[in-house]
Order: sequence, then structure tokens, then C-alpha cells
Amino acid sequence: MYQKREHLYKRDEPYVLKPGPEGYVPPAAASMGIELPDPGEGLIYGRKTNEDAVMEEIAKQMLTGKNPTLFPGPLVLWNWNDHAKIKAHAVLEIANEIPGVMIIPMPDYRPKYPKIEPEEEINPNHPNLTIWHNKIEVCIFVGLHCHYANLTLKMIRAGTNCLTVAVCAEQGHEDAMLTIRDSDDNKLRRLAQVIRKVRESMGIPAPTRPPYGGGKREIVTPEEWAKIRSQGLSSLTAGTPPKGMPMREGQMPHL
Amino acid sequence: MSLDYVKSTPGFEKFMPKDYRDLIDHGPFGKKVSVSQVGTFKEIMEEHPMCAGCAMTLFIRLSLISLPNPEDTIIVGTAGCGRLAISQAAIPFVYGNYGDTNAVASGLKRGLMTRFPDKHKDVVVMAGDGGLADIGFSMLMHSWFRKEKFTTVMLDNEVYGNTGGQESGMTNIGSVLKMAPLGKKFDKIDMPDLAKTAGCAYVAMVVPNNPKRVEQCIKKAVLIAREVGPTYIQAYTSCNIEYAIPTDKVMEDAKNVENDRYQFKEYISDEAKQYLGEKWGYKEYAKKAIQTTEVAK
Ligand SMILES: Cc1ncc(C[n+]2csc(CCOP(=O)(O)OP(=O)(O)O)c2C)c(N)n1
Ligand code: SF4
Repeated sequence: MYQKREHLYKRDEPYVLKPGPEGYVPPAAASMGIELPDPGEGLIYGRKTNEDAVMEEIAKQMLTGKNPTLFPGPLVLWNWNDHAKIKAHAVLEIANEIPGVMIIPMPDYRPKYPKIEPEEEINPNHPNLTIWHNKIEVCIFVGLHCHYANLTLKMIRAGTNCLTVAVCAEQGHEDAMLTIRDSDDNKLRRLAQVIRKVRESMGIPAPTRPPYGGGKREIVTPEEWAKIRSQGLSSLTAGTPPKGMPMREGQMPHL
Repeated sequence: MSLDYVKSTPGFEKFMPKDYRDLIDHGPFGKKVSVSQVGTFKEIMEEHPMCAGCAMTLFIRLSLISLPNPEDTIIVGTAGCGRLAISQAAIPFVYGNYGDTNAVASGLKRGLMTRFPDKHKDVVVMAGDGGLADIGFSMLMHSWFRKEKFTTVMLDNEVYGNTGGQESGMTNIGSVLKMAPLGKKFDKIDMPDLAKTAGCAYVAMVVPNNPKRVEQCIKKAVLIAREVGPTYIQAYTSCNIEYAIPTDKVMEDAKNVENDRYQFKEYISDEAKQYLGEKWGYKEYAKKAIQTTEVAK
């Protein structure tokens, strides 16, 4: 499991950030010459690429990989402010496009001993346990603070064969195999649309069931999920629209 | 400000792990809980990897229950046994490098006061006797001299527990430890007296076998630190491993030590008494504040 893939470190050849297992303590991607993407770009296996192409690759991987999973982090799981609320909903829109997707949250970063529940949560200090337990081969991280994304992504690359996607609200993450940057709610919705388009072009039917929890536990009922899907943001934000939050294309009005 | 930030975003409630749903629904956030209600609410620290029977964990647990506003509290800890438990409590924890806690807490508290001028954000340092009285001594003293507004809690097990039994400044004279085989040559540092001299507005010495008293001390210390000045609590939290105390005798030991060198002591400055009386409705101090004024007339 922990054998080092020496061929990845060939001199004079650009480092390719592929799924692991790359071995205990893999190098930081930045130390192997991988740079953060510029605005409008993302990274595909460490290579700067047009953002639309990265989104399509994310879609393909999430639609075809084994046990695709969304790992939402504290920035979208907790009700900090109206923006978090809106982004959380956009994350659920992404989940809505991926058949059989699992949603396993990372509510905070505290270490947990003597044990964590790999079916219930992913912990940044032991992400490999959740990935191994649920046999996850492709995943999206969204709503994590950079420093913990850093730790988690490297640990996953070190000890698992999981393909990682970082949907980042800042400048992208070079330690993820696929990453896009500046991901506000608008961009999250765009990603959901790209996934839908790719799914349709591949002839994959829309999901018929709500996302699962780890271990394939059903965590929301189909009825509850239907409500989240059909009623949009207006069912979730009580009362007045959030102040200063412009309406986006395709966004439900806040009634 | 509403407490929405300790709730999950709409749509994600169901996806949250059970532990977190329990915290949201039955946790102490936004409520006034007391150690006498243990068992009726979800605590912010329930599991820990410290040694079985360690009195430090009991004290930490009681302290966390006693925080007046856990949803607005940040704990600063450091190397040493205590952080193993504190860091996995459901409130923010900052790890200051060994010795740096009180410098980190000073900056943190000042930043919070600037960022949230209309709200109290409590900062509590919780570190071992080695962390505070030895390597962190200078930072600790200077935070007091500067009258930084946060609470420092010393988890005093009278030894370096985490690294296998070296003596600290808080070890008693003559104590023989695994890594101090000749016995300690100097007296235990009188930190409570130093705290008072350095300008702490509240100083207390406690043991963990009186939960209500621990609660009262923590509440007072945190409240006073909000507006009056630095506060200090020194708690005897025996190390049953390094002092070879059988686990079923840990509380008996605490009782004996309380009767010996850890008798309950509390110092509250006049300003702090007045503050507790006027701002937080502590009747005993409200009266005293009036009396003092009358005498002064
Ligand atoms: C700068 C630095 N020096 C030394 C250490 C090693 N170290 C880790 S814990 C510890 C002793 C902790 O003793 P104390 O502060 O009394 O806490 P306890 O473990 O007894 O609760 C030491 C010396 C360190 N982590 N950092
Ligand atoms: S070494 Fe001592 S202080 Fe540390 S956890 Fe064990 S009993 Fe507690």
C-alpha cells in the first residue's frame, strides 16, 4: 500500500499529480513545481487548464468513478451567514446531479480519539480511514479551510487510490488532482450544470434516490430529498432575502 | 447576534453526524448549563485519549461545562497532557508552541476585541505547570503585567507528565520522580502570590473534587477577564501515572492535597467584586461594593 512510486519523480519531467497511493509522506505538490491556477483556470493533474475543461473532467470522474463522494467542510456546513446558506444549497445542487453519490461531512477539524466513525464523517487527521472504509475512488472537497485541505489531500494521496477534487473558494489547491478556484455559489451552480450536461451526453440517467451516507446508509428520505430539490432556496431561507446578496442566473427568488 | 453559527446550514442537518446533531439540539450553546445538570445535556468534551483515572481530565471536563459562553470561547493550549483532551472538545482550540500560550492568547484576545467590538469573545489559556511556570513563565508574567484580558488556568500536576516525569517549578521540594531521581531541591513556586502581585484581578486555587466550586471559579474568572483584567486559576490535577496513585485513590489524593497545600484560596480585587456585583448580579459582591463605598464616605 505504501510503496513509493519512484517513477513519478523522474528528473526533468514535469511532476504529474495522479491518484496514489504515493507512499508515506508524499512531496507537497508545490515543492514539485506545481503552481496554483490563474483566474479562469484550474488544474488537471497539476497542469494549468481552462476552467471549463477542468469542470468537464470533474464531471467525468464523478460520474464514472467508484463510490463518488462529496465531502462538505465547515464553511458550508455551518450557518455562519447568508452566504454559507446559499453555498450549501449550491453544493446540494451538485449532489443532485450525481447518481449514487455519498455525502460525508467534515464538520470541523478536531482530532478524534479513541475513534472516528468513518461511515458518519471524514476527519482531516485521518481522512484515509473514511476513504478506505467506504472504498471511495473519487471525491470532491468543498468548504474546507486551506490549511486543512492541505493536510487531508496529502494524506489521501499518500495512502489511498482516491482521485481528489478541490472546489476552492480561494486560489485552488495544488495538492488536489483536479481543482477550480474562486468558487462562489454561482460557480458551484455552474459546476452542477456542467455535470448535468456531461451526464446527459454520456447517457447516464438522473439520480433517482437521495445521496447516501458512508457505508451506503440512507440519511435523508426520498421525500425529504425531493423537497430540497424541488423547492429550491426559497424553502430553506426563511423570510426576507439575504441582504446584499444579488440574484444569480437560475437562482430561485427568495419569497 | 443570533446563534445560527452553531447550527447547520439548511438542507445539511440530516447529513450531519449524530454527534453533531446532538450538539446542535442538546448541547450547551446559548444555554446556561451547570455541573449539577450533567447527564441532561450533551457535553462539549465526551471522549479523550488521556490516561484512565487522570484527574486532569475531570478538571478539564468540569471547566468546559462551566464556561459562561462556550459558543464564544477559544481555548489556547500547548504541549502537555491537557491538550490531548481539550483539542478534541467541540469549541475552537489554538495550539500555542510550548511556552508561547500567553503571548498567543494576548494577540488573539486583542484581535477578537477589534474584530468583535460589541461582543465578548472569551479566551482561556489552559496549560500545564511546566508550560506556564517554567518555559512559559516570561510570557505568562508579561501578559499579567500588561493586564491582558483573558483567563489563564494552570493544570498543575506538579510534574512534566507528558514527557515521562521531569520536575517542574511547581513540583514540591524533595519529590523524587522518574526523571528527577535525586529529588527536587527547591520549593514549589508560589504562583498565586505572583499572580496577585503582577496585577491579576482574580486568583483562585482549586482541586477537582468539588465540581460546584470549580464551576464558580471558572465562571468568575472568565467574566472578570472580559472587562477588568487578567485572571488566574491554579488547579491541582494529579498525575496518577508519574506519582503512582492507584486510579481508585485519585479523588482521595485530591482531598488529602486539598487539606494540605491546596486549600481553597480566592482573591478578588475590589474592582472585580464591583464588576461582578453590578454587571453580573453577584449579590454578595453588590453588597460589599456598597459597603466599601459607604466606608469611604
Ligand atoms: C519548545 C518545546 N520544548 C519541549 C517540548 C517537549 N514537551 C512536550 S510536553 C512537555 C512537558 C509538559 O509538561 P507540563 O507542561 O507540566 O504538562 P503535563 O504534561 O504535565 O500536563 C515537554 C517538555 C515541546 N513540545 N516544545
Ligand atoms: S501522564 Fe499523568 S497527567 Fe498525563 S494523562 Fe497520564 S495521568 Fe494524566
